[in-house]
Amino acid sequence: MNMVYQQIDGGARFYFALAVLTMIMALGAAAAHYMELEGHHVTGMTNQVVWGVPHVFAVFLIIAASGALNTASIASVFGKAGYKPLARLSGLLAVALLVGGLTVLVLDLGRPDRLIVAMTTYNFKSIFAWNIFLYTGFLLIVAVYLWMMFEPRMNRYIKPGGLVAFLWRLILTTGTGSIFGFLVARQAYDAAIMAPMFVIMSLAFGTAMFMLIWFAACAWTGVVVDAELARRLKNLLGMFIAAVLYMSLAYHLTNLYATEHHGYERFLLLEGGAYTALFWFGHVLIGGVFPLLLLFSPAGRSTSTIALAATLVVAGGLAQVYVIIIAGQAYPMPLFPGMTETSTFFDGVVAGYSPSLYEIGLGMGGVALSLLIVVVALRVLPFFPHSTGSRSTADSESAAASAG
Amino acid sequence: MKGKRVPQSGGAGLARREFLAKAAAATLLSLAPGIRLVDLAMAREADVPVSEQVRWGMLVDATRCAEGCTDCVDACNTEHGLNGSGRPEIDAQYIRKLDLTDPATGRSFSLPMLCQHCETAPCVDVCPTGASFRRADGIVLVDKHICIGCRYCMMACPYKARSFVHENLTDQVPSTPRGKGTVESCNFCVHRVDRDRRPACVEACSGAGHDALVFGDMNDPNSQLSRQLQEVSSRQIRADLGLNTGVRYHGV
Repeated sequence: MNMVYQQIDGGARFYFALAVLTMIMALGAAAAHYMELEGHHVTGMTNQVVWGVPHVFAVFLIIAASGALNTASIASVFGKAGYKPLARLSGLLAVALLVGGLTVLVLDLGRPDRLIVAMTTYNFKSIFAWNIFLYTGFLLIVAVYLWMMFEPRMNRYIKPGGLVAFLWRLILTTGTGSIFGFLVARQAYDAAIMAPMFVIMSLAFGTAMFMLIWFAACAWTGVVVDAELARRLKNLLGMFIAAVLYMSLAYHLTNLYATEHHGYERFLLLEGGAYTALFWFGHVLIGGVFPLLLLFSPAGRSTSTIALAATLVVAGGLAQVYVIIIAGQAYPMPLFPGMTETSTFFDGVVAGYSPSLYEIGLGMGGVALSLLIVVVALRVLPFFPHSTGSRSTADSESAAASAG
Repeated sequence: MKGKRVPQSGGAGLARREFLAKAAAATLLSLAPGIRLVDLAMAREADVPVSEQVRWGMLVDATRCAEGCTDCVDACNTEHGLNGSGRPEIDAQYIRKLDLTDPATGRSFSLPMLCQHCETAPCVDVCPTGASFRRADGIVLVDKHICIGCRYCMMACPYKARSFVHENLTDQVPSTPRGKGTVESCNFCVHRVDRDRRPACVEACSGAGHDALVFGDMNDPNSQLSRQLQEVSSRQIRADLGLNTGVRYHGV
């Protein structure tokens, strides 16, 4: 099947999107500049909660980037030809989300001007240092992978290219999860499950983001959403959501069994105020139960229902990452387990944290940057198919199988 | 020399000379326990690298640490120019007083908490650029020139011993250069230690007559620190993490 790709039109709608996204991005850049100029005291961060909302956005975007590549991986690695028309968009979104996430991460550094130091001076025992290679490597690999898709002479290398990208992104998300998994001292972290949990989270968040962008691009170009493909992807999304809930369940059950973690679990599940609400309403209900119900209800076949479910997954995902990162820090580290601790440095008490507008601005700026990359790329290069095929997905798959 | 015959061969003179030379060297190095003519690390010249033969450490005697006393904290703040912004949640604290109560028994005590100068420091492990590093003599430091301010070390430190410089700095103390956007912590007053002086907190505690802090070389069996560590029971905080801390606590 020869797929014909298109560029989105450059009319008023394009320039409007460009203007809005650039404005949000500029606000984010201004927030970052102000934070650098004034120091982090203008943020909600403290010596107790050292990673705030920018990290929530950054981690969410980075792991979503990995998951956004799902569609391309299914097409090339798992040989499902029905997904192939969307593989370019999948690769593009993966790159865009990663760039957005990394930008937020870098601009939130105490010394973002020293990025060059981070790129040239390494401590290879640090998972952070590995991640620098994992992230830049991912960008490079997906760029080459996209080139293989675009360049007809290189098409034959798509499968091995896709395989490398697929393996790399699993390692990447393992690396991101291990940032937390390797923290030996904190009650909320120091758990091997962090790595696989982040991999599963990436699959859910990335698929949700991809479906939203796909639907938006369809609406923009007037291409009809392929119902069969949407059905398959939403079923996949449902599986990923269930797997995220399962991972979360396994993590908390293990903690609930071990007495030493009861304090943290009591805090998070019962007494943590906003964190408890974000966990139950944000992560479990909005990000898990509701989208599952929507996707597998009779209404789950409609594009708008799927879009709503995907939006809930994104919102719930942000809540989940917020809980993992912020609640994990807010809960005090026990220096003397079993003792009550007080000090001038907030030992033994739950640390307060309320995000400042600058941090939210920086995070939103990263999201805007990701979307801006997508919109501009869709405008200048033929990333998006004219249609996802005249034949049904199942047909095209069997055709691909017989051709292979 | 009971039971040991000295060989009467020609090599005996050599062996004797060697023994005498070693004995003389040992005498020079150590006239009496704790008093040494030639100290390995004291008053090190600036161009001489620090030696692994020394491991600086500290013993905190919680039984002598007075509740409510903040002499060590005040001395540290003065020594390093930690002025404070009036917002304690963002102000740097290299050393802080921790008040502890055992709810089961009601026993209360107080002790200073600071960088524990771990042998296998988590902050050093996680630092992506190597800005967090451990000097050969055991002092854990931050290279302010290559710290990118990622704060991963603060996430990793089990003792919450690190602070992030949240704002522009004024009136810095020359011996403790600080930098907005970088991470910092207790450096055992390395500028003093390299000049044969004790850290400011230790000096202040002694000056106040508490003597709750003993600083010295853990590798020198004759140092006051080593002798006290041999004599009294002490423990590492979060010993379960196996970090081999350079700061030990007695009476906790």
